[in-house]
Amino acid sequence: MQDIIQRLADKRDAAQLGGGQRRIDAQHAKGKLTARERIDLLLDDGSFEEWDQFVEHRCTDFGMAEQKIPGDGVVTGYGTINGRLVFVFSQDFTVFGGSLSESHAEKICKIMDQAMKVGAPVIGLNDSGGARIQEGVASLGGYADVFQKNVLASGVVPQISVIMGPCAGGAVYSPAMTDFIFMVQDTSYMFVTGPDVVKTVTHEVVTAEELGGATTHTTKSGVADLALENDVEALLMTRRFFNFLPANNRQKAPVWPTEDPGSRLEPSLDTLVPDDPARPYDIREVILKVADEGDFFEIQPGYAQNIVVGFIRIEGHVVGVIANQPMVLAGCLDIDSAKKGGRFVRFCDAFNIPILTLVDVPGFMPGTSQEYGGIIKHGAKLLYAYAEATVPKVTLITRKAYGGAYDVMASKHLRGDVNLAWPSAEIAVMGPKGAVEIIFRKDLGDEDKIAARTEEYRQKFANPFIAGSRGYIDDVIMPRDTRVRVSRSFAMLRDKKLENPWRKHGNIPL
Amino acid sequence: MFHKILIANRGEIACRVMKTAHRMGIATVAVHSDADRDALHVRMADEAVHIGPAPSAESYLVIDRIVDACKATGAQAVHPGYGFLSENAAFTEALDAAGITFIGPGVKAITSMGDKITSKKLAAEAGVSTVPGYTDIIDGPDHAVKIARDIGYPVMLKASAGGGGKGMRVVWNDDECRDGFERATNEAVSSFGDGRVFAEKFIEEPRHIEIQVLADTHGNVIYLGERECSIQRRHQKVIEEAPSPFLNKKTRKAMGEQAVALARAVDYRSAGTVEFIVDADRNFYFLEMNTRLQVEHPVTELITGQDLVELMIRVAAGEKLPLAQEDVTLKGWAVEARVYAEDPFRNFLPSIGRLSHYQPPAESDTVRIDTGIREGSEVSMYYDPMIAKVITYGDDREQAIDNMNDALDAYLIRGVSHNISFLNALLAHPRFREGRLSTNFIAEEYPEGFHAADVPHDEPGLPVAIAAMVHRTLMDRAAKLEGQLPSHEKTVSPEFAVIIARDAHAVNVVPVDGGFEVTDKDDVYRIITRWQPGQALIEAVVNGKPVCFQLDRVGLRYRLSHRGSQVEALVVSPKVAELAALMPEKEPPDLSRFLLSPMPGLLVRLAVAAGDEVKAGEELAVVEAMKMENSLRADEDVVVAKVLADQGQSLVVDQPILEFE
Repeated sequence: MQDIIQRLADKRDAAQLGGGQRRIDAQHAKGKLTARERIDLLLDDGSFEEWDQFVEHRCTDFGMAEQKIPGDGVVTGYGTINGRLVFVFSQDFTVFGGSLSESHAEKICKIMDQAMKVGAPVIGLNDSGGARIQEGVASLGGYADVFQKNVLASGVVPQISVIMGPCAGGAVYSPAMTDFIFMVQDTSYMFVTGPDVVKTVTHEVVTAEELGGATTHTTKSGVADLALENDVEALLMTRRFFNFLPANNRQKAPVWPTEDPGSRLEPSLDTLVPDDPARPYDIREVILKVADEGDFFEIQPGYAQNIVVGFIRIEGHVVGVIANQPMVLAGCLDIDSAKKGGRFVRFCDAFNIPILTLVDVPGFMPGTSQEYGGIIKHGAKLLYAYAEATVPKVTLITRKAYGGAYDVMASKHLRGDVNLAWPSAEIAVMGPKGAVEIIFRKDLGDEDKIAARTEEYRQKFANPFIAGSRGYIDDVIMPRDTRVRVSRSFAMLRDKKLENPWRKHGNIPL
Repeated sequence: MFHKILIANRGEIACRVMKTAHRMGIATVAVHSDADRDALHVRMADEAVHIGPAPSAESYLVIDRIVDACKATGAQAVHPGYGFLSENAAFTEALDAAGITFIGPGVKAITSMGDKITSKKLAAEAGVSTVPGYTDIIDGPDHAVKIARDIGYPVMLKASAGGGGKGMRVVWNDDECRDGFERATNEAVSSFGDGRVFAEKFIEEPRHIEIQVLADTHGNVIYLGERECSIQRRHQKVIEEAPSPFLNKKTRKAMGEQAVALARAVDYRSAGTVEFIVDADRNFYFLEMNTRLQVEHPVTELITGQDLVELMIRVAAGEKLPLAQEDVTLKGWAVEARVYAEDPFRNFLPSIGRLSHYQPPAESDTVRIDTGIREGSEVSMYYDPMIAKVITYGDDREQAIDNMNDALDAYLIRGVSHNISFLNALLAHPRFREGRLSTNFIAEEYPEGFHAADVPHDEPGLPVAIAAMVHRTLMDRAAKLEGQLPSHEKTVSPEFAVIIARDAHAVNVVPVDGGFEVTDKDDVYRIITRWQPGQALIEAVVNGKPVCFQLDRVGLRYRLSHRGSQVEALVVSPKVAELAALMPEKEPPDLSRFLLSPMPGLLVRLAVAAGDEVKAGEELAVVEAMKMENSLRADEDVVVAKVLADQGQSLVVDQPILEFE
């Protein structure tokens, strides 16, 4: 017995050391933490329960039989973040470069299965050189097994990926399947094919950072949601983010107490929208002044900035915000912003998070690049997501709500529960100038006539009253009352029940 | 007495005049441009008249519009405030012609004192001591050199029609004199349309001290003591105080009497200010007379107990001054700080935009805030970027300054850059505290500009303790999150590490009645506070002493501002601190290969194209902001690799314009 306990202790020591002190030092020298240090940082102190510490690979080719490290390059288990259950896997770059073997994949799948059974989120910390080449197709099979679990878990429990090292080739598709991807600046990258292959095939010369670094994916491709300074900040930010997420699709996001009253007035919002309809303003100010404590967790802040998305709390309850941003491209909807907004709406709907939509949208972006790029299909994603969503939906039109974009942005017609407008709202098919140029085409030469017609159109349509007379707007509110009215609306909607007809799944325009 | 007056101004001074008018039971009329439709002065007034588009040349400076506004509203008199039409003789004449009273001096005083050369001559004739110099027009570079030699270097060349530092040049030798004359003349032509330039002795270590005078139409002229305005940046006053820590009774009396003599010489009426330059030996020389209410008049009001605007209105209505010279007593000390929308770290470039958050300190017997804006107001490119004046009072100078530090700590402004930290640091500066002032103070003490993060905190442990308290409060609340595993709920450990820059301070934070006790090695901070998450001001009593910190959350960090210093703290568990120490320090990105826009503005001109070789000092681009063209020049010889912005494009601050090879 004593012997067994000694062997256990030895095995634990070996597992703790991963690939050995030399590799740990190398990992640190790169500015990276080890797999276990990362878990320590992510989870509440002492809450980590490790599984499968003794799992080893079963490969015997290429001398692998002699190289076995307990745990096989991934640390898995569960623990708590702020007392709430979460399952975690953390790839260990010090063990075979974090490469994915059959048993490595099995460990990941095991905790994902368990997470599904108990209804808890999964966080993956990725730092892997790729497939365990020595294992060949067994490794590929392992990837596919993980992908399959990711897909089955999608919409059942929240899944977050934190990319903390290389993530290349097929490996990218596991994070790609999850709900959110955070990346560490300078030490992480994601791409399907690396710079060498790119050079051979397309003759483009590009660094790994340029091709798939955190900046690239959070500003150009939109693959990742946040870029964080280093491992420590990435994990602390993930902890903070986790507080917004429900445990699973049957629960609501967790509430916490706040001293910030829902009755707070914000008089300065009365002057936010400029008199000149062409002048921009920062929609974030509305979000910050509506949110509890001015706290807004923005997702994808550097990508498709014409739409702003993220989480706030109102009276302690989590709300997802989607807002057109007049500061960028006048707040137009385009391919990227429709994809960004659509995906966020679907996440909120999947996990029972109510949606607040702030509308100031002059329409869809015109142009060949948009049409050739398929704006019809991509714009449809946002429309589909809103139309499909059954969570509480509160919409506030701050200024322009023109044309099809009005319909898309959580309008009454798409089952908006509460649709409010500021006095500055203009709900119309298009702006006065454009409308007059079409309706009164014959008067185009006559500037005075056109000006008079434009003014007439402005008087008639550049206000919230026509929409209000048809009930498309439930009420016109003073900007200063926004937090009060929005808080009350969500309180009223707290027990909303709405179900879509049964189907295998809808056919969202992909 | 009038029953209705019009205030031909905007912003804080319009509001300030209306306050007095309302107190006197006089109805007020505001005028406003397009840009000021929702401004505070419009809201405060009983009536408001729109007088044109945003540029002041098309609104606040259009005499006819103001006169029409008076006629339309039946205003009997006009208070001009300062700036705009306050020293414009044509304006007073137009009002006279329309039978409307100008609340200010007569045409003669305005005209004679408005011209630097005439005013100096008149002053000398009235027995006022003047700076040695040449008051006639200089007719060329050679003439300038001859005059400069006669006066003796250093010599200051000044535009006759100048003001605000424009068209001024200090020259130290013949070569500089020739060059300086050309430049001063050119600037004078472009700024004022009047190329006349004169010369005077340049005073080293100068202090700017001015005398407030008041005169009625019955021959009474008095002076209300002095104000010291030596803390200036590029000839713009930043901090003013009354009395001056430098003057003795004898000098004060001599200066006051000379100021009164000058006022009499020009038949002065209303409030006016005679500015002097004072050298290290308390020799004083006449600088100019401002024939209007000064920006910094409140410090005089606080130490004399007089309302200068009320006295101006009474004098304009023909009343006698209610006090004689012997009734004037100076009591206590007053300091004024001008809060500007500007960026001290970017060479004080004006900052425009919306004040998304604005919360001035509470007014009291010792704190006065003169402002024309509120939360949600816009600092527009069309007007002076002053946000407010903070004026504090104390029994002595130290108390007045302490009160100012406290007021500035509690002054919350977000949305535009501002100089609160800079003002706070200035007022806490030992040299300022000692009263060793000169108009070169800022240039000497802050040659590289100002960056709050570089200012050390007097008590470095204090921001550490505050950061720990904030973090503990947030962690305690997060521990109340729903959905925790029963019996495995989060418990908050009292041990934290506060990381500032790369230094980790191990602290212990435990709740006590009404707050927390933070232990940092041997230091104990007992912090009593009602601070709640989301509040930007942390008002607390630490070890019995009241403090007020400002908090911004920057990612995971807490940015704390207090007394002009600023720290960014990351608060974590001791274990995380150990791991954080392993994180590499990242070099900020190399921006030297880029030409960045130093301010938000319009790219009006691109002087180069990709591939151009540019020599150091040559112009690369011109960015227009606040109606000023700013020429961006090459620091060194460079080759332009890429052009990243288009001519005519609007730029945000730090936006790359060019990339160099």
